[in-house]
Amino acid sequence: MIGGPQGSGINASAEVFAKACSRAGLRVYANIEYHSNIMGKHSFYRVRVDDEDVRSYKDKADILVALDHETLAGDGDHRRWATHFGHLAEINEGGGVIYDADLGDLDASARKDLRYYAVPFMDIIKKALEEVGKGDQARRYEVMKNTVGLGASLALCDYPFDLVAEVIRSQFKGKRSEVGELNVRAAKLAFEYVRDHFDTKAFPYTLKPHTEQKARILAKGYEIHAIAKLKAGCAFQTYYPISPATDESVFLERQQRDYKLLVVQCEDEISSINMAIGAAHMGVRAATATSGPGFALMVEGIGFASITEAPGPVLVMYQRGGPSTGMPTRQEQGDLQFALHPAQGDFPHVVIAPGDLRECYQDTFSAFNWAERYQMPVIVLSDKKLASVYTTIDKLELTWDQIDRGELFTGSEWTPVDAKGKGDQGSQTPSRNGNGHGDLDLAKVKEYLRYALTPEGISPRSRPGVVGGRFWATSDEHDPDGHITEGVDMRVAMMEKRMGKLKLLAKTVPQEQQYFLHGPKDAELTVVAWGSTKGTILDALKTLEAQGKKVNYLQCRLMKPFPADGVAVILRRAKRIVSVEENYTGQLAQLVQEQTGVMIDQRINKFDGRPFSEDEMVNALSRVYDGAKAEPVVTHVG
Amino acid sequence: MSVSAPVKLTLKDYKSDLHNDWCPGCGDFGILTSIQMALQQLQIDPDKLAVFSGIGCSGKTPHYINGYGFHTLHGRVLTVATGGRLANTDLTVLALGGDGDGYGIGAGYFVGAGRRNADFAYIVHNNNVYGLTKGQASPTLSKGKKTKSMPEQAIQDGINPVAMAIASGYTFIARAYALEPKYTAAIIARAIQHKGSALVDVLQTCPTYNDLYTKEWYEGADLPEKRSRLYKLEDKGFDGKVKDPTDQEEIVAKKSAAVARSYEADPIPIGVYYEVELPTYEDAVFQRIPALAEKPLVEQDVFHRDIAPLLEAMR
Repeated sequence: MIGGPQGSGINASAEVFAKACSRAGLRVYANIEYHSNIMGKHSFYRVRVDDEDVRSYKDKADILVALDHETLAGDGDHRRWATHFGHLAEINEGGGVIYDADLGDLDASARKDLRYYAVPFMDIIKKALEEVGKGDQARRYEVMKNTVGLGASLALCDYPFDLVAEVIRSQFKGKRSEVGELNVRAAKLAFEYVRDHFDTKAFPYTLKPHTEQKARILAKGYEIHAIAKLKAGCAFQTYYPISPATDESVFLERQQRDYKLLVVQCEDEISSINMAIGAAHMGVRAATATSGPGFALMVEGIGFASITEAPGPVLVMYQRGGPSTGMPTRQEQGDLQFALHPAQGDFPHVVIAPGDLRECYQDTFSAFNWAERYQMPVIVLSDKKLASVYTTIDKLELTWDQIDRGELFTGSEWTPVDAKGKGDQGSQTPSRNGNGHGDLDLAKVKEYLRYALTPEGISPRSRPGVVGGRFWATSDEHDPDGHITEGVDMRVAMMEKRMGKLKLLAKTVPQEQQYFLHGPKDAELTVVAWGSTKGTILDALKTLEAQGKKVNYLQCRLMKPFPADGVAVILRRAKRIVSVEENYTGQLAQLVQEQTGVMIDQRINKFDGRPFSEDEMVNALSRVYDGAKAEPVVTHVG
Repeated sequence: MSVSAPVKLTLKDYKSDLHNDWCPGCGDFGILTSIQMALQQLQIDPDKLAVFSGIGCSGKTPHYINGYGFHTLHGRVLTVATGGRLANTDLTVLALGGDGDGYGIGAGYFVGAGRRNADFAYIVHNNNVYGLTKGQASPTLSKGKKTKSMPEQAIQDGINPVAMAIASGYTFIARAYALEPKYTAAIIARAIQHKGSALVDVLQTCPTYNDLYTKEWYEGADLPEKRSRLYKLEDKGFDGKVKDPTDQEEIVAKKSAAVARSYEADPIPIGVYYEVELPTYEDAVFQRIPALAEKPLVEQDVFHRDIAPLLEAMR
């Protein structure tokens, strides 16, 4: 764990270390906690490394690198109500604390069992600078304290320094390679300082590279959402800056030229969603990304896209602590019910909640296919935790790539068939750019009707520019040609047409993408949960299993249309049920009750803005398993 | 091989066969006709025409035009239209809406669109009232005015659409009058031909709810000299076109002159207040993504992307 004021570069150190471990074949799970603040407030980064897959963080770390006093002691000295009390309580017994010697003598009375390593951060930076004749510029390079902390910690856990040096060098290329070398040197000097001044052999926690190096990537959730959008052929992304969703759009902005993707920064989220809807109606795959406050502005667009049967957009929503501005950089699963009921009236849209990075990829990719085939907006419910978690994933897991553009009317002028690329696009889309349609017999089409009442409810869609495919689209109720109607028969027909598409969709989504029962079929306790708690629950289940506790876990993923029948079968069979959610009211529990009639009385909720740790999950589930009533969980950490 | 002469499109080709439900004598008819005349004059291909509108009486306009029509949300027409335009730069894009739609609930998007200067013509049906909700004061009704449908005088002041457009960055700003369709059509045709965001604020009568600014009022029937309350800018030698778009001084002078004219209340100037040729949003996009200058986004092959380099960078 590394902690320090925002702007001090703890991210860089933590991520360099994470990369050095991942490249050496180890599994990494790293997560950051930070304030909605540019500079100065406390932030910290945990990096958990293991030979086996790790999918959550633990309460306690083995090594703490403290770049400032607050990381050790909290902020009670300058706040009326302290937000935290430092991280000493979160170090494993006998663990190490590396801190800046300039901070002076430490009060070690609370944790006498820890080993303390005072390292002269600035002296080391100065020494590294002197070697290149810049000894008088130490203040300018103060930000390299993070690198010093990293070098020092490597000496403690006895991790090969060269692996880290290689990562640092790879991050400072070209003109910046000089700065890279300087960082490598500072880290090395810190590494040597600790080895020379302390008995590192006595340090109980060591880390070795894995014997087998696998081609894994180390990624954050927002990158995976973005890559899925690229792979799915998204050509138009809109956004308005908002934490923690902005990173995805900025990532995509960087790829505009190479991937022929247009990213538009809009004047607000109302503009974002409506621009995306406009683009979707033109026939491109369009998307946006936001979090709760932005979604609150977008909602009218969801209804508009749905009634006009726009083939999109795909909206990745990164939940954060609510309500209102709430806690912009903190975790919460508080927007499930909001995403399910965003706007006036009854209308179809899809809501899916991926549980980990692999599912972030799959669900974002699938979202575009659903949006186009079923002509409705799709919400992918992500969150702050998924967005910022930095973890290893197998490269091979990102192979989900069957594009389905749905039913298309392409008109006579359009040249529909070009079998090129058929192999990796599937049979639905024979044309080269996916805009074509091979099956439609134009001779049989007398008059094209955009909202034709077809037996299945899906009307082949046209787009402006297609000869013979002219249509009107309106946010009013409408006739098959898209003109306004208030007639009762047409109203009923159109409502049934639109709503019926959800049933069709439900039939085609693979069951494991809708819900999944993890663990033994036969269990004493069944956990019902959704979204990013997945990894933590799976890690906790391993521990509980080792304790002889028979617990399984029903992961709900497709929220609308909700797979009520399948979920009900599992829950009716369950002996006892407990829901686990990072919100106050138990929003999934409400949904399950409403959809299945199965009551969930035991609810473990966490709404302190921090994700569950593995330990918290184990303890909370154990309590319920042993017969106690579920209680809210609060993380007592920084 | 035979080459057939291109068929000349008539006014009828721009009319849909939908029954119109505006009030008899509505100024919207004049605007609709003007738009259709402009489209006919320019021989715009209806298959490549996308007409967007907001909500209100004016919002129904696309339904009466033969072209792709998008009747969107109240106040959001410019956002949907911009998304549409950027996705397919081969299209001619028209945006339509009322004064409440564009200058009230949509004011933020009015400004945002001006900043971008994407290529479309925005035609505002400006009749000073919210017609479809039965005649409340709109953002262009001045303080102290009261139409017959209002229980009390307006206690908020009206905005100045031309000045707002100047401040926002529109590169073509004009005013027209709904009951002079020939003149309005000519202005709309210029707005469509203009590269960049063009605003045409069309003064419009609402015979049902606005008993202040009626056909007779515009004609000045109540004035002793019986003169029109409108005059054409060009008739007084006004030229709002910037000759040298690189000349900041000229731009500022022309903008100032336009704003000054926009505050003239009697008679009210109609015609082109301001016009300048500046790089559009699309130009900037083409610079950033050169492939889009070749063919529009919608026709790009984006389904065979190689994401391996991105994954490699994450190793």
